[in-house]
Order: sequence, then structure tokens, then C-alpha cells
Amino acid sequence: MTVVHENLEQADAKMGARSVSVFYGDKKAIDDVSIDIPTEYVTAFIGPSGCGKSTFLRSLNRMNDTIASARVEGEITLDGEDIYKSGMDVVQLRARVGMVFQKPNPFPKSIYENIAYGPKIHGLAEGKTELDEIVEQSLRRAGLWEEVKDRLDDSGTALSGGQQQRLCIARAIAVDPEVILMDEPCSALDPIATAKIEELIDELNGRYAIVIVTHSMQQAARVSQRTAFFHLGKMVEYGRTSDIFTNPLEQRTQDYITGRYG
Amino acid sequence: MSASVLFLLALGLGLAGWMAGRARAWAFRKDTSGGRLAALPNYHAWYVALWIAVPVLLFAVLWSVLSPSLVMQSVLSSPAASDLPAFGFQRDNMLREAHAVATGAAPAVFSDGAKPLIEPFREALARYNLIGLIAALLIAFASGTLAFLRLKPDFAARTKVERAVMALLLLASLVAILTTLGIVASLVFETIRFFGMVNPIDFLFGTHWNPDPMSGADNPDASRYGAIPLFWGTVFIGAIIAMVVAIPLGLMSAIYLTQYADPRLRSWVKPALEILAGVPTVVYGYFAALTVAPMIRDFAHMIGITSASSESALAAGVVMGVMIIPFVSSMADDSIAAVPSAMRDGSLAMGATRSETIKRVLIPAALPGIVAGIMLAVSRAIGETMIVVMAASTAANLSANPFDSMTTVTVQIVAMLTGEASTEHHTTLSAFALGFVLFLVTLALNFVALRVVRRFREAYE
Ligand SMILES: Nc1ncnc2c1ncn2[C@@H]1O[C@H](COP(=O)(O)OP(=O)(O)OP(=O)(O)O)[C@@H](O)[C@H]1O
Ligand SMILES: [Mg+2]
Repeated sequence: MTVVHENLEQADAKMGARSVSVFYGDKKAIDDVSIDIPTEYVTAFIGPSGCGKSTFLRSLNRMNDTIASARVEGEITLDGEDIYKSGMDVVQLRARVGMVFQKPNPFPKSIYENIAYGPKIHGLAEGKTELDEIVEQSLRRAGLWEEVKDRLDDSGTALSGGQQQRLCIARAIAVDPEVILMDEPCSALDPIATAKIEELIDELNGRYAIVIVTHSMQQAARVSQRTAFFHLGKMVEYGRTSDIFTNPLEQRTQDYITGRYG
Repeated sequence: MSASVLFLLALGLGLAGWMAGRARAWAFRKDTSGGRLAALPNYHAWYVALWIAVPVLLFAVLWSVLSPSLVMQSVLSSPAASDLPAFGFQRDNMLREAHAVATGAAPAVFSDGAKPLIEPFREALARYNLIGLIAALLIAFASGTLAFLRLKPDFAARTKVERAVMALLLLASLVAILTTLGIVASLVFETIRFFGMVNPIDFLFGTHWNPDPMSGADNPDASRYGAIPLFWGTVFIGAIIAMVVAIPLGLMSAIYLTQYADPRLRSWVKPALEILAGVPTVVYGYFAALTVAPMIRDFAHMIGITSASSESALAAGVVMGVMIIPFVSSMADDSIAAVPSAMRDGSLAMGATRSETIKRVLIPAALPGIVAGIMLAVSRAIGETMIVVMAASTAANLSANPFDSMTTVTVQIVAMLTGEASTEHHTTLSAFALGFVLFLVTLALNFVALRVVRRFREAYE
């Protein structure tokens, strides 16, 4: 049902979805989606509002569990292991598959405590010096260190929107995940802050498998190498980002990227 | 009697004016053949009705103040009054008896001297009732007619009526404010009188409380008025024991309800908790005195504390704690629910468990609201009277043993006011001083708590 471009290079799937459907109560929000998510590339999910991008993204780290009515069918794997199997440790899963939300949501704690939060609950640091190191390294990787190194005790909520979002990315990096899911991470930011985040995604690429949901065609084109187009709960087309944007095989994809419907 | 007649009159005439005004306004509408009135007919009707009812009501108030003295004057100037004793208790009594018989409030007089006065009273009452009635009617007609004549198609009756409504609302809120001021003023006044007899330093810092209602009214023994044991008892029962019960239970139930309970259960448990807040405190008092206190005493004896009193601070404090669980839990519930769900999702997405999320993110973020709720609960607990009156003792006791009997500020206020001493006696006045201190403390607690809550609300908006 999904049109998958045939010229894709071989890549190891970090995560895989097989015939995944997601329901809210009786309502089907995702219908039979199969996709591989490699570490080598940034994968972008695009599609009109309400098509199920967030729903699918949230099923990749079981954040759907927090919604009582949500139910997932099919198989989703991380390194070949089914994450919905009984006995799966959701805490471990979410430590390995981090998430960045649409609206920056730093905790109302200090910048330092925001980053230290994950390492503390997962017991990643032995002692203060190690924790300090993790905090500095995560902030450096998120490109925020220079801006905040003198004010680590200030509240995370006192930063600008763009800084807050990079803080959230740093927070996700701090637990050393393997996959980072980003749900429209730039939609609340101005172009300059957006450019910084995109730069950051470029730098993180290769170290982590990254999935980004975006409404901006340009952003998808800039940061991703793979693009999946969703429509009405179905994954319509999947391929190299360059091919999807220049050479879509499906009429609906063509219509969407040329802005004929939204 | 005459005042209630005037009141009914105001309503009746007001209604008549209402209908007249309305009819007139409809007539305008016909005359101007479809042209618009400046206000709906109802507003014209209310305008006339108010102009009739309000002056009559004002007159009724005035008259009920004035007429008794007018009646009295006319009776005293009657020939029968010349036989009265010149002044004093007897004279007042006779006048009162005669007045009571004349109005029908009493069947007969006791003192013979009052008998001749009955007839003059009857006459005077009848005369002034009639005068009052006629005056009221005149006022109603005069002001009603003026108002009625003012009605015109383009008359802005609506704005006038709106203004009257606003004045009414203002008056209503003034009543509440003035009452509060009056209460505070009387409290302050009596407190100052008390402090004129007993040095405030002795009162606030003395450790011995044992007022003697039998001692002379003018020279109290200040050393018997040390209120520290009362303050301590109040704090120990209301702010320590009760909070040890209420904070954990209230907080945990709030956490359970907001984070774990499924919506159906929540829709049951929350109202149930609110019912707990609606139980009259007298009922808690029974429960504390008859059930909890003996249980605690027996338990204490069982574990070898033979000194345990059957009016232990623990019994009153525990029951009071149960009483204020709903205050703590509903404030905590609100402030936890007010933490944006993005906070919670952020923590869960980091791989935190639910309880880690609650402990490390939700509670710290909701803390100001939770603290404010606790402060409101404390201020309720220390002002609470019925439970401690029924379950705590009246003996002042400076002790940290929860099985001892203790007394609180509110218990002593009740004890001092219901004692046998006169209202002028220093034991009675001490109740006002205690009340004043209590008032200041609860006021400060409420004030701080409400400010905290307001700041907290803004933080997420
Ligand atoms: N908690 C929920 N309960 C019920 N239905 C939901 C819930 N969340 C989302 N849905 C429904 O699932 C469908 C997909 O929603 P989703 O949020 O995944 O869309 P989206 O592609 O992320 O849209 P957008 O681009 O606007 O974020 C929508 O029809 C939405 O109404
Ligand atoms: Mg979405």
C-alpha cells in the first residue's frame, strides 16, 4: 500500500515498524504502517495536520501508554526486540528512545537540574564530578554550553524559547539515547532559533537515529535524508528526501508538497 | 407592627406604579406608531416602581426610629402620666408594661400604677400609626406621580434603572464590609479595655492560665492571665497533630486522584471528599469525644501510659486532621492538575516512572499551591471551635505529651464568655483579647496563602 522508492541504500534498521495500526478507542488513527528507521539518516515525517504523525511517533517510545484510550497493533522493534512485548521495561525503552516535544517543556528547575534529571533517575553518574561532566557534555552537544555556562543555577524556564528547546534536546541527549524523536521541534521558534536547531540536528546525525516531524517542507528538505509522507493515517510514500521532493511517485504526495492541499 | 405595614404598602404601591408605568410606556409605543422607545416598557415600569417603593421604604425606616419616642412623648404629656414616680426603675417598668399591653404583646399589667397609662398608649399608637400611614401614602403618590410624569418616549429609563441596580449592589457589598469592620472594631475596643487591666506582656508571654471569675472586677491578678499554654495547645492540636494527619493523607489522596485514579473512580471519590468538608463540625465533635478519645485513652493505657487523659490533645487533633483533609487535598489537587501536562510528558519521556515524575516534577512545581492549601487548612484548624470544645479539656496545660489534656484559644473563649461573670468582668474581656490574637493570626495566614496562590496562578498563564 505504501509506495517505497526502490533506489534506497541498504542501511541497518535501528527501529522497525511492521503493520502498525494505532487506535484511539474505536477510531483508527494509524493504519497499517511499516517503516525502518536507520541510524545513518535523519528521517522526516510529513503530512497534513491530523494525519497521525504525532500518533505514530509517540508509539515509537510508548508515550501512547499515557493516553488511556490509545491501543497499538502490529510490531515495533528496537534492535530487533519487540517493544510492546509483555515484560518490556518502558523506563529502559524511553531512556533509549528520547523525545523532544513541539513546545519546549523544560522543568521549572535550574538549567543544571534539567539536564541532570535523566542521569539521576537512571543512575548514570557516580558522584558529582561525573554528573557535572555529563551536564557539560550534553549542553555542548546541544550547542548551548557557551550561552549558559555562567548561569547553570538559573531556572530553565527563564531561557528564550529557542534556548529552551535546545535545553530539552540536551536533556534528551544526557541519558545517552540511541534514538531521538522530535515532534515539530521548531514550530514555536523564530527563523534564527530554527536554524540553530537544524544545525544541531545535522551534528547529531549519525550518532543517534533521528526522526523529525515537521510541517515545513524546507525544513524536511534541509535536515533529513529520508522522508515519509503520511495522509489520513496511512503512510503514502517513503523514499530519499531528494526524490520525494523532486520526483514523488504518488499524486497525493505531489499535491501536498506543491501546497495544493494542507 | 407599623413598620411591616409600611413595608407591605411600599411593595403594593410599587407594584401599582410598575403597572402604571408599563401601561404608559405601551401607550407611547402605540402613539409613536412603531417608533422606538429609548427604553423597553419594563424599564419605564421599574423606574416608576422604584420611585415609589424606595422613598416609602426609607420613610418606613425613619418612622420606625422616630415613632416610639413620639408615642412616648405624647403619653408622658397626658394627664395620667402625672401620677408616675418621677424617675427610676419603677417608672420605666410601668411604662414598659403599659406599652406591652397596648400593643397586645402582654395580656395584663402587674403594677396597678401602669393601668391608667394603657389607654393613652393605645391612643398615641393609633394616632401615630395613622399619621405614618398617611405620610407614607402622600410620599408614594407625590414621588410616584413625579416619576410617572417624567416618562416620555425618549426618556432614558434604562440608564436610570441600571444606576439604581448598581446602587443596590453597592449597598449589599457595603453591608458585608461594614459588618466586618464593626466586628473588628468591637474586638479591638474590648481588647483595649482588657489590656487596660492586664499588661499585654503578661498576657502574651505568661505561662500560667487560670482566670478567677470570682475575684474583684477591677484588679485582676495578671499572673493568672498567661496565654502561652493556650497558644501552645492551639498550635499543638491544630497545627501539629492535625497536620500530621491531614498533610500526608490529603496529599496522597490528591496524588492518587490526579495521577492514578481512573476518571470514573475520581468522579466518585472527589465529591465524597467534598462531603467530608460539609459535615457539621459538631458531628466531628461527637465523634472525637465519644469514639476517638476513649479509644486513644484505652490504647495509651494498654501500652503503659497510665497518665493518659480521656480528653487528650491527640483525640481532638486527629479528628480535626480528618476534618481538614478535604481542604488540603482539594488545594493540592487543583495545583497538581494545574501543572501543564507537558511537564509530566517531558519527565515520562525521559524514562522516569510515574512516582518519580510525581516526586521530582509535579510536587515541586505544585508546591506553592500545596503550601498555600496547608496554610489555609492550618488557619481553619486553629480557629475551629466545636471539636475542641467537645473533645479537648478546659484545663490549661503546657505539655508536649499528646496524651495529656490541653486547652485551646477557642475553648477558652467559649469558657470565658459562657461563665458567670458579667460582661464587664476581666474574665469575659479576656475572651476578646484571645479572639483578637486568633483573628490576627488567621488573617495573616490567609493573607499570605492567598498571595502565594495568586503568584502561583500567574506562573503558568
Ligand atoms: N488523545 C487522543 N484521543 C483521541 N484521538 C486523538 C488523540 N490524539 C490524537 N487523536 C486523533 O488522532 C488523529 C491523528 O492525530 P495526530 O496528533 O497524530 O496528528 P498529527 O499528524 O500529529 O497532526 P498535527 O500535524 O496537527 O500535529 C487525529 O484525528 C486526532 O484527532
Ligand atoms: Mg502532531
